[in-house]
Amino acid sequence: MNALPLVLTVFVACAVEAIEALTIVLAAGLTRQWRSTFQGMAAALLVLAAIVGVLGPTVTLLPLTALRLVIGALLAIFGLQWLRKAILRAAGYKALHDEASAYLREVAAAKAAPEVAKRGISDWYAFTLSFKGVLLEGLEVVFIVITFGANQRDLGAAVVGAAIAVVVVAAGGIAVRAPLARVPENALKFAVGIMLTSFGTFWGAEGAGVKWPGNDAALLVLVPVVAVMSLGYAAWLRRAHRADTAAGPQAPVSQAEGVSGL
Amino acid sequence: MMRALKSFGSFWYDFVIGDDWQVAALVVVALGLTALLAHVAGVNAWWLLPIAAFAALAWSLRRATGGKS
Repeated sequence: MNALPLVLTVFVACAVEAIEALTIVLAAGLTRQWRSTFQGMAAALLVLAAIVGVLGPTVTLLPLTALRLVIGALLAIFGLQWLRKAILRAAGYKALHDEASAYLREVAAAKAAPEVAKRGISDWYAFTLSFKGVLLEGLEVVFIVITFGANQRDLGAAVVGAAIAVVVVAAGGIAVRAPLARVPENALKFAVGIMLTSFGTFWGAEGAGVKWPGNDAALLVLVPVVAVMSLGYAAWLRRAHRADTAAGPQAPVSQAEGVSGL
Repeated sequence: MMRALKSFGSFWYDFVIGDDWQVAALVVVALGLTALLAHVAGVNAWWLLPIAAFAALAWSLRRATGGKS
């Protein structure tokens, strides 16, 4: 299998997370102080790079069959989680992620917090806000980089996909000096969910001892099938949601939803 | 210490398993069945995991929307 699907999947997944991290970094930098914000961002990027640097080569040493079974299972579970949320959002059962309102919330909180210097950092609030935002959003990217890179035995290509996404999103943020609210985030998340579920299913089944018809070419069928099924579920739920809305007040999706903040 | 461990575990649970643990459980059960079929019964059950994934997603969506689908 060539590296293009790997680079593209990591690029899109990383771009989505980078857009969310950018919103937090901009809120901290524009309302507080850029120096501490950049320090927080740099510290988080160092931690993320260390995780990839330590875990990536270690995971690559594992036998491929065991690796595919475990990583396939994790990717399939993770991908189904992304797909589930993207479908609920597309159908109207869950609010779309709104970068503009997320930005306003972060700005209001940043303005209200006092400026405290700590451990050589002149604005501790800006530092921790930026650090936590980049680290938490980046962990999902690290997970995808390591799982895809290790399975394909090509960690370098996965890192390149992630790095290009960070550069593209950062350049966009610098250009507009505002959150990238016009990017179709849910559509991107939908696409990533489809890729994660497809690759997870493919590798997981291979790790369990299955031989796919056509070997790697099976992915060329599996990805479109997962896409069509997911779009079908979304269309079906959208119709049901419209019918419910027309009939009367709609019961919301359970309170527990959204905990993992995809 | 216990609180830190608890929040660490809760973070990873939310991160990997997410809102619906039953989806994760179904995927794991389907992988186990696939391995059993492949190694014990000699059946190349490549179709089992995709079907289980679609079923798990549909079931989870149905429960999340209060059985409207």
